[in-house]
Amino acid sequence: MTGSTSPASIGRPTGHAGFRSFPLNAWYAAAWDHEVGRNLLPKTIANRPVVLYRTTGGRPVALADACWHRLAPLSMGKLRGEDEIMCGYHGICYDPDGRATFMPAQETINPSATVHSFPVVERHRYVWIWPGDPALADPALVPDLYWNEHPDWAGDGKTIRVNCSYQLIVDNLMDLTHEQFVHGSSIGHDALSESEFTVTHTDRTVAVTKWMLGIEPPPFWKRNLQDRFPDYDEPVDRWQIIHYTAPSTIAIDVGVAKAGTGAPEGDRSQGVTGTVINTMTPETDNTCHYLWAFARDWCLDKQVITTRLREGVSNVFFEDEQMLEAQQRGIEANPDYDFYNLNIDAGSMWTRRIVQRMIDAELGSDVGAVSDEAGHAAAAMTEVTGAANAELPGDGGTGQAAEVAGGVARHREQPTAGLMGRGL
Amino acid sequence: MAATSAKRWRRARVIDVREVAQHVRRIVLEPERLEAPAPPGSHIDIGVYVNGRADVRSYSVVGMSGYGTELVLGVQLARQSRGGSAYMHNLRRGQEVSITQPLQNFPLNYGKPGYVLAAGGIGITAMVAMGKALKARGADYRFVYGARSRDLMAFLDELVPEHGDCLDLRVDDEGSSLDVAELVAGVPVGGELYVCGPTPMLDAIRSAWARAGRRPADLRFETFGSSGRFAPEAFTVRIPRLGLETLVPHDVSMLEALEACGADMMFDCRRGECGLCEVKVLDVDGVIDHRDVFLSDDQHRAGDRLQCCVSRVVSARTGGLAGGDGRPAVVSIDVP
Ligand code: FES
Ligand code: FES
Ligand SMILES: [Fe+2]
Repeated sequence: MTGSTSPASIGRPTGHAGFRSFPLNAWYAAAWDHEVGRNLLPKTIANRPVVLYRTTGGRPVALADACWHRLAPLSMGKLRGEDEIMCGYHGICYDPDGRATFMPAQETINPSATVHSFPVVERHRYVWIWPGDPALADPALVPDLYWNEHPDWAGDGKTIRVNCSYQLIVDNLMDLTHEQFVHGSSIGHDALSESEFTVTHTDRTVAVTKWMLGIEPPPFWKRNLQDRFPDYDEPVDRWQIIHYTAPSTIAIDVGVAKAGTGAPEGDRSQGVTGTVINTMTPETDNTCHYLWAFARDWCLDKQVITTRLREGVSNVFFEDEQMLEAQQRGIEANPDYDFYNLNIDAGSMWTRRIVQRMIDAELGSDVGAVSDEAGHAAAAMTEVTGAANAELPGDGGTGQAAEVAGGVARHREQPTAGLMGRGL
Repeated sequence: MAATSAKRWRRARVIDVREVAQHVRRIVLEPERLEAPAPPGSHIDIGVYVNGRADVRSYSVVGMSGYGTELVLGVQLARQSRGGSAYMHNLRRGQEVSITQPLQNFPLNYGKPGYVLAAGGIGITAMVAMGKALKARGADYRFVYGARSRDLMAFLDELVPEHGDCLDLRVDDEGSSLDVAELVAGVPVGGELYVCGPTPMLDAIRSAWARAGRRPADLRFETFGSSGRFAPEAFTVRIPRLGLETLVPHDVSMLEALEACGADMMFDCRRGECGLCEVKVLDVDGVIDHRDVFLSDDQHRAGDRLQCCVSRVVSARTGGLAGGDGRPAVVSIDVP
């Protein structure tokens, strides 16, 4: 190799194995609605210990799980009155805003006695918290997961705590090629890695679309279609349309319809549609909470199907969980090695780029800021080449300077003609 | 062993720079630390300055010198370019640069019944260390080195004495051009062919290898991602959906031109291997010069997509289309 450009993209460190950062100015699903009640639920969210509970009025509360006094976990205390929490160590009480309402052994309340109260929104069956700047916590930014509680849909889901970076789950969900290999017995299909997909993106979203026409349905989908059309045993048109919303929510529109009945054109009346709802919440840099659900649009009155699908999907996700935890261990066991990103990783590469931009914006750093490695090289080269170029005789120096104005790197090497090429 | 390495940057001092063939300089670098000798087939990344902007280039490690503490590179000056190679040619003894540890994308597999190394032009830089390693192991190998003329051939002074009869020089000017079919036929069954050279040579060898029904994994190659069927020319690229249009100068890649005009482009390898910079071709007035190794020949022929980090478009006349005129090519694309 000679003169070709670096495999690592300058300023785009996001495709690296070591990429595991997350924005703080975002809504993250901390728990399912039913998990938060008149009990104290401790969770780590984005490296922050949090305790969740609900007031008697039904409002969910998320406080920093460390008492202002000596940092004992408030989750070891107890609920008091309608909406307060009492530290289990020396009894200081806090209201839902995190302000102390009772102090032991003194008649006054210390004015600085507070703990952080995280902005909280309950929506679409999840309790969302905002770990970053509360001033920016706009409830309109909560990802729209309406399928979880819409009368035209039925479903349920679970939470998995996974020993991997939340980004590995995003990567996994953005890439459905893996189904053929990881989920061969249920939803996998040869057509998955063979068929083409398209990727589109906006500032905050990425969509990956894949259609497989006239295929034999895999067992999971054959069964689902037969819920609606018990006698149908013919090929199907299958779709997977992945909708990502930054930083870590993915709704996948999946389904099959009788082949050739117009599903690609929008007529799904001869099919069944599901929405796989996924939202990942970073717990630490290397672990996460994965809240998922599967909602369907067929046989809404059959609870047995809800349970069957929830358990079926749960088994499928267990296969992912094993692979992703092993991948995380692989990344940590190989600190000297990095990913090689392929065309099939395009969806995940876009999500990583969007997340990196959110982080850059939070840190106030330039969106085009260079990565550590290129930055190191660039910084070193600035000194070194500044000096060297200054010494260069006229032509080289001015030539390079003159092209700066063009703003475009010109470094394609000389072309060739014939087997050996012209320049060779 | 050949997984992608996480890069670690360090400083290195330029120990020596000298011309070893026409437009080729041998550059010796002494890194501030070197954990292990550079394996055959490895390269380093080096921070360069292009148009006043820090950038990174990759160069094969030709070998080690000093007491195994110095890295030898060979750099050909690309014509019409003030890019990385010009920067490299301007290096002076004593100067400091920033480089990575040796990185390996092109490892040599030991223990095969036979080997053929085929280097074209400056591609020799990736092969010198392989030849040395095979000879040291007493492997059965042949070393084919082709170029247009002898004065363009770097490192002959060490290759000739080292490899003797095992070295097979193919020089166009001297009427001994490389014959691709013969090259492929000369690789023993179960043996491996290692290739580094310009795209036309690599393409010819890849098709000959496929035609001969040889096992794809036994053809090992590394790409330039920089040479194509035609000399690069300026062309216009349009993204109708975004209302963008820009001229791609002859010495700028389509990817860079698109980024410069404001398109948010995805990419990673930037040498035509990974397939991440793929764009959809909606319409082309001219001929596509595919320069990637990601798409298959059939996909290249279909012409409905291209890898914009390396591939280009030339005018109908340059592309040899019947009745083609010399108007610069125009390509309309869509991006993710
Ligand atoms: S094939 Fe993707 S990690 Fe191995
Ligand atoms: S960036 Fe990898 S093929 Fe273009
Ligand atoms: Fe999966």
